[in-house]
Amino acid sequence: MSTVLLLAITGLGLGALYFLVASGLSLIYGLMGVLNFAHGAFLMFGGYAGYEVSRLIGATTWPGFAVGALAGVLTGAAIAALTELLLVRRLYERHIEQVLVTVGLALALGALASGVWGTDAIIITGPDWMSEVTVILGARVPNNRFLAIIAAVAVLAGIVLFLKFTRYGLIIRAGVENRSMVTALGIDVRKSFTLVFAVGGAAAGLGGVLASQYYTIVSPHLGPSLLIFAFIVTVIGGLGSLTGAAIASVLVAMLQQFVNYYVFGLGEFAVVLALALVLLIRPRGLMGRVAA
Amino acid sequence: MSPELILSVRNLSASIAGQQVVEDVSLDVPATGVTALLGRNGVGKTSTIKAILGLIPRRGEILLDGVGIDREPTHRIVQRGVGYVPEDREVFAGLTVAENLKLAQRGPDAHWDVVETLFPDLVQRSAQLAGTLSGGQQQMVSLARALLNPNRLLLVDEPTKGLAPKIVGEVADALVRAAELAPILLVEQNLAVVRALARDVVVVSGGRVVHTGPAAEFLDDPDLVRRHLGVHGDAPESAAAGAVPDGAHPTEAPA
Ligand SMILES: Nc1ncnc2c1ncn2[C@@H]1O[C@H](COP(=O)(O)OP(=O)(O)OP(=O)(O)O)[C@@H](O)[C@H]1O
Ligand SMILES: [Mg+2]
Repeated sequence: MSTVLLLAITGLGLGALYFLVASGLSLIYGLMGVLNFAHGAFLMFGGYAGYEVSRLIGATTWPGFAVGALAGVLTGAAIAALTELLLVRRLYERHIEQVLVTVGLALALGALASGVWGTDAIIITGPDWMSEVTVILGARVPNNRFLAIIAAVAVLAGIVLFLKFTRYGLIIRAGVENRSMVTALGIDVRKSFTLVFAVGGAAAGLGGVLASQYYTIVSPHLGPSLLIFAFIVTVIGGLGSLTGAAIASVLVAMLQQFVNYYVFGLGEFAVVLALALVLLIRPRGLMGRVAA
Repeated sequence: MSPELILSVRNLSASIAGQQVVEDVSLDVPATGVTALLGRNGVGKTSTIKAILGLIPRRGEILLDGVGIDREPTHRIVQRGVGYVPEDREVFAGLTVAENLKLAQRGPDAHWDVVETLFPDLVQRSAQLAGTLSGGQQQMVSLARALLNPNRLLLVDEPTKGLAPKIVGEVADALVRAAELAPILLVEQNLAVVRALARDVVVVSGGRVVHTGPAAEFLDDPDLVRRHLGVHGDAPESAAAGAVPDGAHPTEAPA
């Protein structure tokens, strides 16, 4: 029982990290049709920014962690917004070029991080509470799992409220459905493109800080490894669907955790198998709309 | 004819996916009343409207109230006061009726009163998802989105397509009211509706304009109608004619 609980909560924590990356990927694809391969790099820089800023203030203090997390969020948002303004903006509707540019950017940012911080993983410390465990029904659950879950739920709620109750949210929801009709109503939909990149980058930046707590390291590999799972989550959830991304994040992470434990080391294989099954049986994903 | 033009198009050509769909269209829209854009299926009526709005790549000269708009992006053109009711309605299915309208509102001086009197049904259904509305109701949303704003020109593409006769009448009534507020360039296959609403017609064939003139003159010439549209004129006893109720009268230019 305690093992199942531990696996479930750890799975939720991992799902939370996936969601923080997948939410942005999904929104960006939904509105602009861009597959953003640089999204993992936003996460990685968020992780490094969090590390550097926390260190200045005191990595094991709560203020240090909080300001570091904020730095991660802002770094992710800034890099993402710049990516949209300087690179992606010129390439809308040119899908091959978009892939080349975002893959190239991911490689370049990865190399930049290696140059600055080295290729070896840096050990991350946080407030003591983070590495302690809470005992629930006999399961000893590391506290950083709870933090990741709470953060992901807050991000989900924040994005949902933003989409539902703001003018930009309205434009984004309409744009995901039918972008050219939005412009035909007199709205400059491009402004919301930058905003969506920034919001997605902010979530990824936060994901970077929390992932470095979860794995207790930050390294240039942090981005690419999470990005792969986030892409799988986005496809299973249905490209463009935020709710789909949230549900699929949890499902994929749970599947991965449980299979890894009970069928030693086959978790990643199970996830890829699930992806293949979804693509065969329901190609638009769990919550994806049928392409118009 | 009316010396005052709201829209003047010269040598317009346009392409979709690299294929030329508008060859060489020149047409004028007077500053009042309804001008009907006619032609057989697939001649490029919708493409002409989309090219005017910049929704597809185009070349040529387009003057809105004397100002060149052929290099402007779609949202700027619309902000200049152009209302667009697309073929097939294109309401946002996942948004409520109220959200569809709110999205379409371009400024503080919106004509909510016009929308409320013309489409009382929409007020009642404001919380309903637009995707769950009937075709006729969706057309009302699409029209309301355009009529909500103060417009200098309305571009309306086949507003009665696929609607029941009773609803065709309601749409025609709404267009009569709309024409009192702004001139309309109207694509319409239902010739009874054209007769009831339009003062002038522009007929396209093979990507070019082949006939321009007063609507009545064109519709009363069965030969012309058959040659350009491939259909018979609207004999009064035809079903289509019955679709337009008493409310819709031929629109004359305001004095
Ligand atoms: N997305 C597209 N890709 C390729 N060809 C297209 C596309 N859209 C339209 N066309 C072609 O462009 C031509 C003009 O189409 P358009 O929709 O403008 O005609 P229309 O006069 O509005 O026809 P209808 O009366 O049926 O609405 C047609 O031959 C059509 O097949
Ligand atoms: Mg058409």
